[in-house]
Amino acid sequence: MSSADPTGPDADTEAALPEPDVDRDALVLALRDELGAAVLESVVRPGVDAWVRVDPAAWVQAGEACRDRLGLRYFCFLSAIDWMPSPFGRSEGDGVAVSAGGPSSAGEPAADQRVAGGGTRFQLLARLVSPTTHLGLTLKADLPDEDLRVDSWTEVFAGADWHERETWEMFGIDFTGHPHLVHIYLPGEFEGYPLRKDFPLVARMVKPWPGIVDVEAMPGEASGDETVDAAEPT
Amino acid sequence: MSTTEREQRAYIAGVAADARINVELETEGMTLNIGPQHPATHGTLRIVVRLDGEQVLEAEPVMGYMHRGYEKLTEVRSFPQVTTLINRIDWLGSFANEVPFILAAEQLMEIEAPPRAQWIRTILFELSRLANISLFLGDLGVQLGAITPVFFAFRDREHVLNLIESVTGGRFHPNFDRIGGLKDDLPRGFIDETRAVMVKMRQFCDEIETLLFGNEIFEARTRGIGVIPPEVALSFGLSGANLRASGVDWDLRRDSPSPLVWNELDWKVWTHPDGDCFARCWVRLQETREATYMVEQLLDGLPSGPIMAKVPRIVKVPAGEAWVSTENPLGEMGYYVISTGDTGPFRVKIRSASFNNISVLPWVLKGVYVADVITIISSLYFILGDVDR
Repeated sequence: MSSADPTGPDADTEAALPEPDVDRDALVLALRDELGAAVLESVVRPGVDAWVRVDPAAWVQAGEACRDRLGLRYFCFLSAIDWMPSPFGRSEGDGVAVSAGGPSSAGEPAADQRVAGGGTRFQLLARLVSPTTHLGLTLKADLPDEDLRVDSWTEVFAGADWHERETWEMFGIDFTGHPHLVHIYLPGEFEGYPLRKDFPLVARMVKPWPGIVDVEAMPGEASGDETVDAAEPT
Repeated sequence: MSTTEREQRAYIAGVAADARINVELETEGMTLNIGPQHPATHGTLRIVVRLDGEQVLEAEPVMGYMHRGYEKLTEVRSFPQVTTLINRIDWLGSFANEVPFILAAEQLMEIEAPPRAQWIRTILFELSRLANISLFLGDLGVQLGAITPVFFAFRDREHVLNLIESVTGGRFHPNFDRIGGLKDDLPRGFIDETRAVMVKMRQFCDEIETLLFGNEIFEARTRGIGVIPPEVALSFGLSGANLRASGVDWDLRRDSPSPLVWNELDWKVWTHPDGDCFARCWVRLQETREATYMVEQLLDGLPSGPIMAKVPRIVKVPAGEAWVSTENPLGEMGYYVISTGDTGPFRVKIRSASFNNISVLPWVLKGVYVADVITIISSLYFILGDVDR
């Protein structure tokens, strides 16, 4: 992202970019009107997308407001993000950093880097779209580590049923009020939450990834960051 | 069929379905296991249905037989390596899987592929659609007991696969899209060959139309069966032809801005108001035919120029989050990509069309007859690789 990218809480109202996105701004403002203080942060990237971070306590309310007031009746997906940097790195070999020469912090999410902010390890992520205007919103909600629970969307969007089962089994987030919260992909006796960053990818632990040789610098090149000319055959 | 007639039929089908559920038959319930190996499921899907006589009381799809954990695997791959994985999500239209991911990476890097690359991408995208949906059209007959169409489908699909192979070197898994452009340009003779194949594909569509869609038995087996109203379809997140068959006029190729060049073509989005099995099949048939015209226009307008933008040899994607989705053969396929400035993604959420498309099964199978279960499953058209990821 460029430095011109808005990340502040009031970025949607600032004239940071030359062409404001009137339609997406209106969507975000309408949601603010509905939810009031439950909208914690919002970001509109003009012509691209809009993000809104809401209070997890108002998660169901936000879904209903989007469906009934904003016309976002199409349920696209629901998932989560584990923002903890993986303790295993990118598992690309015995401590050999692929990004040699790059900043050592590469690969670790900085606190201010998240779109629409937030500070907890787990973040809910959902996307709703309007079938008439074709504009969508990405909703986020921070879930505190000690209480990974949120109200279920199954009453709001029927399609949320399977997505919540998947999120529950992959991240261990509990959806209160879900009628049938059981494993969807994994066998019933499976332990652990595979998409959490501290869940090891055993195959990679046993045998390091051989693909690391693919990114060695080419002969005669001082550093790998040189730009290849488009006309040059590769 | 006129609109009033269609409304009447839909109404009668609705009343009949209600009556079937409400009537209390004094029979003992029975549990029937369909799958995991069943020809109607492209892959392995098991459906446990609880029956009362011939009627389904409850249906519970069981998947995960093909879960390969791609979302986890992307976290230990670099951006160019990810395309190899996501090729295998919907294996009948592989190239189309690569495009939204590459577009998301390009959006984060703020680079754009040159025009010729975008046109060739669009050509390959539509060829993937032909390769994918032509198999559906052939398979459709088999589910209902008509054996012939599937041979026609495999015969003509071969030509499309040959085209994809001549460009990319791979029939099923092209792995051809690159951040900033494409791996190679089109081979010599591709344009003439493609024109000939597009004519063949239209003949195939005509054959299928006369063989199946005008057939009385086919109509009787599909009309008014498995009706999904638009509001239900939207709340389950159905996309692609399944949504358009419920009367929702929404195609991401037309309605969402994309660097690919669909908006420069003259084409039509097909919809059908009925929302039944017939509508879903019919919309797909029209889309196949429309795709052949789109490819011909793309060949006419193909610009010259480079096929690759200037991209560093080691791709590092700036930190950020991007969501890009495209109208794939099966429906909306999208990637929510989070990068932290490294060579590989921090997290990728893969939103595949089939997962949402079959989540409607427990709803739509309630109250139907056993014989219609397979018709409904195959008309929703999903690839298990696209469900399980």
